[in-house]
Amino acid sequence: MDFTAVLAQIKPKLGCVTDNLALIEEHIQQAISAKADLIVFPELALTGYFLKDLVPEVARRLDSPEIKRLVELSRDISIAVGIVEETDDYRFFNSALYLEDGAIRHLHRKVYLPTYGLFDEQRYLARGERFRAFDTRFGRMGMLICEDMWHLSSSYILAMDGATSLLCLSSSPGRGVEGDSLGSADAWQQLTSTTAMFLNCRVLYCNRVGYEDGVNFWGGSEYIAPSGESVVRARLFEEDAVEASIAEGALRRERIFSPMLRDENLFVTMQELRRIERERGR
Amino acid sequence: MAGLIANTDLLQQILTGFVRDEVRKVGVKKVVLGLSGGIDSALVAFIAARALGAENVHAICMPYKSSNPESEAHARLVAQACGINFTVVPITPMVDAYFEMFPQADNMRRGNKMARERMTILFDHSALYSALVLGTSNKTELLLGYGTLFGDMASALNPIGDLYKSHVWQLSEAMGVPSEVIEKKPSADLWAGQTDEEELGFSYRQVDELLYRMVDLRLTRDELIAAGFAPEFIDNIYRKVQNSHFKRRLPVIAKVSNRTIDRDFRYSRDWGK
Repeated sequence: MDFTAVLAQIKPKLGCVTDNLALIEEHIQQAISAKADLIVFPELALTGYFLKDLVPEVARRLDSPEIKRLVELSRDISIAVGIVEETDDYRFFNSALYLEDGAIRHLHRKVYLPTYGLFDEQRYLARGERFRAFDTRFGRMGMLICEDMWHLSSSYILAMDGATSLLCLSSSPGRGVEGDSLGSADAWQQLTSTTAMFLNCRVLYCNRVGYEDGVNFWGGSEYIAPSGESVVRARLFEEDAVEASIAEGALRRERIFSPMLRDENLFVTMQELRRIERERGR
Repeated sequence: MAGLIANTDLLQQILTGFVRDEVRKVGVKKVVLGLSGGIDSALVAFIAARALGAENVHAICMPYKSSNPESEAHARLVAQACGINFTVVPITPMVDAYFEMFPQADNMRRGNKMARERMTILFDHSALYSALVLGTSNKTELLLGYGTLFGDMASALNPIGDLYKSHVWQLSEAMGVPSEVIEKKPSADLWAGQTDEEELGFSYRQVDELLYRMVDLRLTRDELIAAGFAPEFIDNIYRKVQNSHFKRRLPVIAKVSNRTIDRDFRYSRDWGK
């Protein structure tokens, strides 16, 4: 089914859930007025990124008023948004919600929490343990949160599980000023394009902007067609909202031209992974 | 070396965005900085003027009686070139009054006192203008510890602290800092004829090449030697970085509770911003 998606490249305020919810609502209302079908927000859109000891303060249960409000808004538009989730057993996850028709369609908990370089996520957050594709009004999708996408297996699993659109919610810090363009933007653009091409999937990448303690988030949100071609790309470093028109026909044609995913041999993959697992366990 | 050649358009975009965003999010519009007549503070003045509008930038030149008169002239030139507010506050009366009590004080004590005197003036003007103090230390001098703790190293925001001196030269040229300021020999201007490179015993270009490989690329000592650096130079610089690390950290707090500031009480400075 053809649909239009808005990539809401926002600048959340660190630790200010109320302000960020208002900002998110504002973008949702604009997207509804523009008759968009889906709006994607960045990782931790509701909270900001370098939370550290703020994690328990900004975490929300799925039945909290803020999440209920977002679920309510999804009656008029489908929403993918990043939050800190608090569970009944008091674990805190870097989570992404997919909300549609007034319900939580899918919850993804970030599996790969980076704890190197400038990152320190696993000190504060619990690790998710699954990648699952899920059905939406616009076909089967999979969600990834930032670092998840840097592990090829994540996107591979989602594609094998039938996802035709990968939503990646991101808070990627900008670094690397030696080249013609920003190092992290280059790396991400290669990654999203290659992932789309190898798996014949669409990639909807939404990255935030703004600064936290001197670290910039570079934006550059984009829609990559299943051919690997970047169709729309938001501005670097600045708040933006770009609309992507997604044609079902392009996916069908791509899967006819380049049927790599059809030919993917799950049996061989599993056999070899099981062997490796066995051998490592020795 | 690719890493020491920077994309100046990108740098400009990131650094002006940094000043704009980090200043405005604390609810102020203005900044204040010390303008010495040297390249580092000149570059910060240009970045700030671009980020906030020249009318929101207050530069203060704070000469001592032994400062080279050319320094004040260059500071004035920079302020005019980017159109920012410019004030001169000489520090001779305060510094001399103090050292009348300690006439035997050496150059290091005098230099440190001057740097800290300037710091108090900047932070006083920060209150006067409701402005944040911008730092002007570059990555080379921060790593070498070539600065005065709580003096010129004190600031609220530092746009150029991740730029080596080599980057400072490139970006200054790209942003239109007057060529007199770019081309002159870097100097702390503590006494007549002083230059940084003579005092340090090596050139900024040499040490930037080494620091970039040592710090940014994390080459090992053996790899650095293989790349052509003299072992004595490597060891000397490594020691300087190590011995000055205290200047780059907050004061050490003796831990007695379960939540000690900065150890297990951790928040970003932009908390709530």
